[in-house]
Amino acid sequence: MEAGTPDLVKLEDLRVPGQLSGRKHILSILVENKPGVLARVAGLFSRRGFNIDTLAVGPTDDPSISRITLTLDGAVHPIDQVTKQLHKLVNVLKIRDMEPEDTVAREMALFKVSAAVENRAEIIQFADIFRAKIVDVARRTMTIEVTGSADKIEAFERMIRPHGLVEMVRTGEIAIARGHE
Amino acid sequence: MESLKAEGVTNVFGIPGGANLPMYDAVVDADFRHVQTRHEQGAGHAAEGYAKASGRVGVAFATSGPGATNLITAIADAMLDSVPTVFITGQVKTELIGTDGFQEADILGATLPFVKHSFQVTDARQIPEYVHEAFHVASTGRPGPVLLDVPSDLFRADIEYEARTEPVELPGYKPSTEGNIKQIRIAAKALANARRPVFYTGGGVVNANASEELRELVASDQFPVTSTLMGLGAFPASSDRWLGMLGMHGTFTANMAMDRADLIVAIGARFDDRITGKLDEFAPHAKIIHIDIDPAEISKNVGAHIPIVGDVKQVLPKLTREYRALQTDSGRMEAWWSQLRTWMQEHPLFYEPGAGGEVKPQLMVETLRKVTGGEAIVASDVGQHQMWAAQYYGFDKPRRWINSGGLGTMGFGLPAAIGAKVACPEELVTCISGDGSLIMNVQEFATCVDENVPVKVFLMNNGYMGMVRQWQQLFWDRRYSAVQMGSSPDWVKLAEAFGATGLRVEDAADLEDTMRAAIEADGPALVDIRVTQEENVYPMIAPGTPAREMVEAPGLVR
Repeated sequence: MEAGTPDLVKLEDLRVPGQLSGRKHILSILVENKPGVLARVAGLFSRRGFNIDTLAVGPTDDPSISRITLTLDGAVHPIDQVTKQLHKLVNVLKIRDMEPEDTVAREMALFKVSAAVENRAEIIQFADIFRAKIVDVARRTMTIEVTGSADKIEAFERMIRPHGLVEMVRTGEIAIARGHE
Repeated sequence: MESLKAEGVTNVFGIPGGANLPMYDAVVDADFRHVQTRHEQGAGHAAEGYAKASGRVGVAFATSGPGATNLITAIADAMLDSVPTVFITGQVKTELIGTDGFQEADILGATLPFVKHSFQVTDARQIPEYVHEAFHVASTGRPGPVLLDVPSDLFRADIEYEARTEPVELPGYKPSTEGNIKQIRIAAKALANARRPVFYTGGGVVNANASEELRELVASDQFPVTSTLMGLGAFPASSDRWLGMLGMHGTFTANMAMDRADLIVAIGARFDDRITGKLDEFAPHAKIIHIDIDPAEISKNVGAHIPIVGDVKQVLPKLTREYRALQTDSGRMEAWWSQLRTWMQEHPLFYEPGAGGEVKPQLMVETLRKVTGGEAIVASDVGQHQMWAAQYYGFDKPRRWINSGGLGTMGFGLPAAIGAKVACPEELVTCISGDGSLIMNVQEFATCVDENVPVKVFLMNNGYMGMVRQWQQLFWDRRYSAVQMGSSPDWVKLAEAFGATGLRVEDAADLEDTMRAAIEADGPALVDIRVTQEENVYPMIAPGTPAREMVEAPGLVR
């Protein structure tokens, strides 16, 4: 008998799925709200050589559970391996790799810009275009709050930088799945 | 203490100190045996040896600060070899935490990379719950070390222990054990089509107590089997399906079989660099079926074509059933077996026999096999002696080979042998060690004597840290740097100073009788065996090279 009856699996047909997705991933991770949990997550990333792009931690509607939202580059890291390693942490309850087209992601940033009197009108105009808010005004500076996707915040930064960026603070992205009809 | 008793703990290893005094007061009246080691690292490795020999959870106690930090090597060792262990450390009292108090060390923080999980007790009422959770996490799924850190004031608190009736439930911890049956069917059908299959088994088979299930599966057809260092004994070395150990110092046949295979069935193994050699050129023709309890191991180093996440003890019988239900043709493997047999004949393990009474280290292991009938538990340290023990002892049963594979901890052997002997008092427990390794935890001879743990240590004494010397010889132009062990100590006198029997062998003619004398002696014994000084372990896959460039022993006549 020739090895390989029709219902058997032909070895040459077997494939290993690709490891690198090549895009940015947002992982939404529910963890137990216990001391040291963030250290476990952060330690795992540094130990395994995974680079976190942004990280945001906050409470959820359940006080015993916190949410960690982190972004990382799927062109460099096998996301599957990252999530599997995270799942091994006993305090990690649930991990969601957010699908980009199915996700609302937002980040907030605060920009402190040097704003002499003659530039103020232009800065306010930029802020309006980006639907940003002026949250503080001093003699030489203005502070602007921008909320949106990471791309939008980066675009705003490019616009405002020539005016003299004194300081910038970003929260890192948070994300939620879109509602379904 | 009640919680430990409820977990069925019968043996504990440890050392008291300031911060765990309250717990040690309870040890006086405890129902379990406490073995007082002479160093916390010894307690940690003894707990590992206990777990590896018995399959039960090993437990070690230490005090805060240095007591706890001395455990770290053992914790890391248990992590890399997936050993079910629970470590309970004392901590300074609650009010002193964070003040750099006397003997304060953040052991929880220090061990984060090396534990499967850990618990910081902040309220005495958590203790019973955490103890049960610790044993649950340590012993289920992929086993591993769990640390429980308890401030001394909380040890003292008077709490009522309520016996636990519910099984432990941790919301973030649910190992998958069954294996996806569709994947198992695909695996069976691929296996039925393989002309050059190899079974590559690891420590996971031993951990899962799945040796019988593996043997059943292999008996389904003409399947050849190799295993990692950690998996030795899960499949009998005396079987004609056995290709020998795999990896850097594995057999030529096992490594070439992987190199030429069309299908590799990896079972409870993790494609470590000591197995794959140069990763890009590992098993270039093979498709991979990977069965493991830990999903993160699958496709970590080598991509799996057919991943199966599950407990191998549950998965293997299903795979056996599915395979046997298929129309298969054993004849498809005939050419493969003829190739394998040719390799076995032409490329056996080989060493030049000693002349003029010279004791070859390989001969020492073969002789130990002979005098123990291959039935002893063999604990080993790390280095050349470990590789020769693995190559030449020929393990036929699981849980007989106890060594530090992943972390490669010199000093592991003697305390691990103590743990194994405590777990299996009826068995003959030996330790094959080297002069570089043995001295690293030599204080544990005192434990052997005072706690009456009669282990038999066979010291392969070559005057060097032999494996490092071998690398300096082969890869660093024979510039020996800090590898000579000199003439100290006098091992026979040292053994005697501890109150153990000390014997010496300098001539191969005396080897067998002296080994027997050590085994028959009352109590612990050490035999200082003067072996060839500059013998190298062969065959060898040099680091960063592919398996097919394996270097064989000089003098091997084809």
